[in-house]
Amino acid sequence: MKCDYACGSEDHLIARRQFLGGVATGAGAVLGGLGAFATPEAVAKMTKDQKRVIVVRMAGGLSQLESWDPKPGTDTGGPFRSIPTSVPGIRISELLPHTAKVMHHLALARGINTRNGDHGKGTYMMLTGRHRTPGQTHPELGAVVARGLDNDSLTLPGHIKVTSGGSGGRNNDAAYLGPKYASISLGGGKPPAYTERPKDVTEAAAKNQNQFRKQANDRFAQRRRTAETDAYVQSFEQAQELMRQRDVFDLSKESDKDRERYGKTQFGEHCLLARRLVEKGITYVQVTHSNYDTHNENFSFHFEQLGEFDAPFATLVADLAARGLLEHTLIVVLSEFGRTPRINKYYGRDHWGNAWSVCMGGAGIARGAVHGATNKNGTAVSDGQVDAGHLFHTYLRALGLNPRRNFKIGGQKIPLADPAFEPIKELLA
Amino acid sequence: MAADAKQVHLAKSLTHTAPLINCRFDPSGQYLFATAEDRAIIRWKLADGSKVIFKGHDSWVRGLAFSKDGKTLVTSGFDDTLIWWPMAADKPEPIRKATAHKGWIRAIAVSPDGALLASGGNDRVVKIWNMADGKPVAELIGHELDVYSVMFHPDGKHLLSGDLMGQIRQWDVAGAKEVRKFDAKDLHTYNSGQRVHFGGVRSLALTADRKQLIAGGLYKGTNPLGAVHEPIILRFEWDSQKVLKKHITTGVKGVIWRNVIHPDGFVMGCSGGSSGGYLIFWKAGEDKAFHKFKMQDTARGMDLHPDGIQVAATHWNRKVSLCRLEEKSNSKKK
Repeated sequence: MKCDYACGSEDHLIARRQFLGGVATGAGAVLGGLGAFATPEAVAKMTKDQKRVIVVRMAGGLSQLESWDPKPGTDTGGPFRSIPTSVPGIRISELLPHTAKVMHHLALARGINTRNGDHGKGTYMMLTGRHRTPGQTHPELGAVVARGLDNDSLTLPGHIKVTSGGSGGRNNDAAYLGPKYASISLGGGKPPAYTERPKDVTEAAAKNQNQFRKQANDRFAQRRRTAETDAYVQSFEQAQELMRQRDVFDLSKESDKDRERYGKTQFGEHCLLARRLVEKGITYVQVTHSNYDTHNENFSFHFEQLGEFDAPFATLVADLAARGLLEHTLIVVLSEFGRTPRINKYYGRDHWGNAWSVCMGGAGIARGAVHGATNKNGTAVSDGQVDAGHLFHTYLRALGLNPRRNFKIGGQKIPLADPAFEPIKELLA
Repeated sequence: MAADAKQVHLAKSLTHTAPLINCRFDPSGQYLFATAEDRAIIRWKLADGSKVIFKGHDSWVRGLAFSKDGKTLVTSGFDDTLIWWPMAADKPEPIRKATAHKGWIRAIAVSPDGALLASGGNDRVVKIWNMADGKPVAELIGHELDVYSVMFHPDGKHLLSGDLMGQIRQWDVAGAKEVRKFDAKDLHTYNSGQRVHFGGVRSLALTADRKQLIAGGLYKGTNPLGAVHEPIILRFEWDSQKVLKKHITTGVKGVIWRNVIHPDGFVMGCSGGSSGGYLIFWKAGEDKAFHKFKMQDTARGMDLHPDGIQVAATHWNRKVSLCRLEEKSNSKKK
C-alpha cells in the first residue's frame, strides 16, 4: 500500500506521543489528529525515558536445540550439554556460558510454531508479525517502532540496521509508513554511505546549495505538498544531520577498554555500536549475525558462530543493565525459523518452523520468564504455542505501544499489529 | 595375500540403534569399536557379531585409541572428557576419567612405545598424558583454531597435530615445543558470505618409509553450510615440507574423514558427503584416484583391520559396512 498522507492533514505530524498512553484505549482507535502536545518537561522526560529496541537477527535460522531449548541425551539432542543459568530452573546450551550469566535480564518464548521453513517468508513474518499475503506489504518492526517511539527532538534516523557487509544505504522496509521510517543500513558497521562532504565542495558552497534547495522546497510545498515531497525534504534534512553527527556512528570514539571488552570480532564491534547508537537516542537498532543456515556440520558451525555471539551479547545486556538503559531498551534475539530436531546425515539440521524459540529481555519484559515448552525431544510444541504475530504484539506492548491501534493511511485504518493475535502476557512485566 | 583395492566389496553390515560416528579395530583384530549419536561406544565381536555397549560419556565420542598391549581402550568425547576402559571386559566400566579439554576432544593417539596419550580439542590445545595413570604431562599451545587430528611420529619423539585452519604443527614431545609447521591451507576455506571457517586437517598419516606425510580433508568448499565441497588428500615430502601431490577424485562431493596408508603402499580415504559415502584409493604418483567404491550410505569414520583386508566404515543409517579388499569369491570362502 502506498504512503500518501495528504497535504494539509496532521497525519505527517503524528509522533510517538499519539501511540503512547493508549494502552488502555480500546481496539479500533485511530492514530492521528490528537491535539494535546506534551509540555517541554514532558518532552525532556520522554527523551530520558525514551524506549529503544535492539534486535539481533541470527540470519539463516539459529538452532533452538543449540541455544535456548537444549534437549541433551535425546535422539535429537546432538552433542552439546545444557548448563544452568542465573535463573534457577532455566537451562540453556553450553554454547552460551556468558549469556547464561545474564539470563535474569532475559526471557524465553519456547513454544513458537510459525509453520514455515522458507527464509524469505520467515524473515518477513518475524519482522512484521504477519504472514505474507499477495499484494500486501507491511512495515517491519523497526519502522513501526520508529514511527511510534521517535521523539520530535531526535534528528537522526530512528531505524538502523547494522549488517555484516554491503555498502549501506536506505532500505525499503517501511511499506505504507513511508521512507521516513525505512531503515538505513550501516554496511559492515561503517557510518552511513555518502555522509562526508566531498572534498571539492567547500563548506560555504554546500551551505549555499542547501539554502537554495530549502527555498525551492518551501515554495513548492506551499502548493503541492505530498508524502513524497515530504519524504524528499526529510531525506535531505536527515542527510544534513547525518553529516553533522557522523561521530554517532564512529566506534573509534569508544574507549579502548570497552572495545577490548566487546572483543575484536565484527559481531563484538557491532554490539558495541548498538550500545552506542541507543545511547545516542537511536530508537531501533538491528544487528545481523551470520550465518546459522547449517544444513551441514551444524554442531561445528554453531560452536563457531555462538562462540562469537555469546560474550559480546552478554556484555551488551550487562552494560545496558549497569547503565540503567535496560529498563528502557527492549532486546530481542530472533531468527527466521529454527532448525530440525532430526540430525541429518551431514551432521546438519534443516529448516524448521514448528517448534522453536526466541529470546527477549529488557523494557517491559518479565525478567527470567519462560513461556511455552516443547516435548521431550523438541519435535513439537507441548505448551504455550505462539506464532510470529503473538511475538510482534508482545514487543509493542513491552514498549508501551498499543498494538490494537491503527495507522491511518490514505483514509484507511491499518492495525499496528495483526489483530488476529494477542500479546504473550506471561512475558510482559 | 596382497589386498586388491579394485575388488573391494561389502561383505557384511552391523547395525546399531542410532546413527554412527567413528570406528576402530582393536590391535588384535578380534573386535570392532564404533561410536554413536546415542553417546554409546559399541564393541562388536567380529567372529559372531555379538555386541557390548560402553556407557560413560556425556556426549558424542569421536576419538578411539588403544594401549600398546591392546588391553585398554581410551575414548575422547565432546564432553571435555577422556575415559580409560578395559577393552575386553564383559561389563565394561570406566577405569579412569579425566577432564582433559574445554570442549570437544576430536582426536587422540597413543605413542609408539605406549607410554603417552595425545589429545587435541576445540580449545585449540594439544595435550599429552601419561597413558598408565592419566596424569597430564605437557600442553602444546599454538593452534589458532580447533584441533582436528593428532598423530605420533613412529620415532616417538615427535607429535603432529592438524587444525581447522589447515596448519599441521610438528612438536618435540620431550621439550613440548613446536618444531615446524606444514602448510595445508588447501584444506581450509573461509567463506566471507557465510562468515564461517570450514575444512581442516581431518586426518594424518605417515608413509612406512617416513618420507611422506598424508593429510586429508576437503576443498572446493563453495557452500560450507550446504555441504558443497569435495574430498582431497595432500601428500607432503617430509623433509622439504613441499606438497608433492594433491590427490583428488571426480564425481564425489564430500570430505575425507579418515585416511590410512595400506601396507601395500596405496592411500585409502573415507569420504562422506552429499554424494554418499566412498572408499577412495590413490597411488603415490597419481593425482586422481585409481579406484573408488560407493558404500551404502554417507560415511563418517573408517578403519583398516590389522589383516590389511577388512575395512570398516560407519554410517548415518546406523550401520557399519564391513568391506573386504579382495575378490568376492575369496570373501565367501571365509
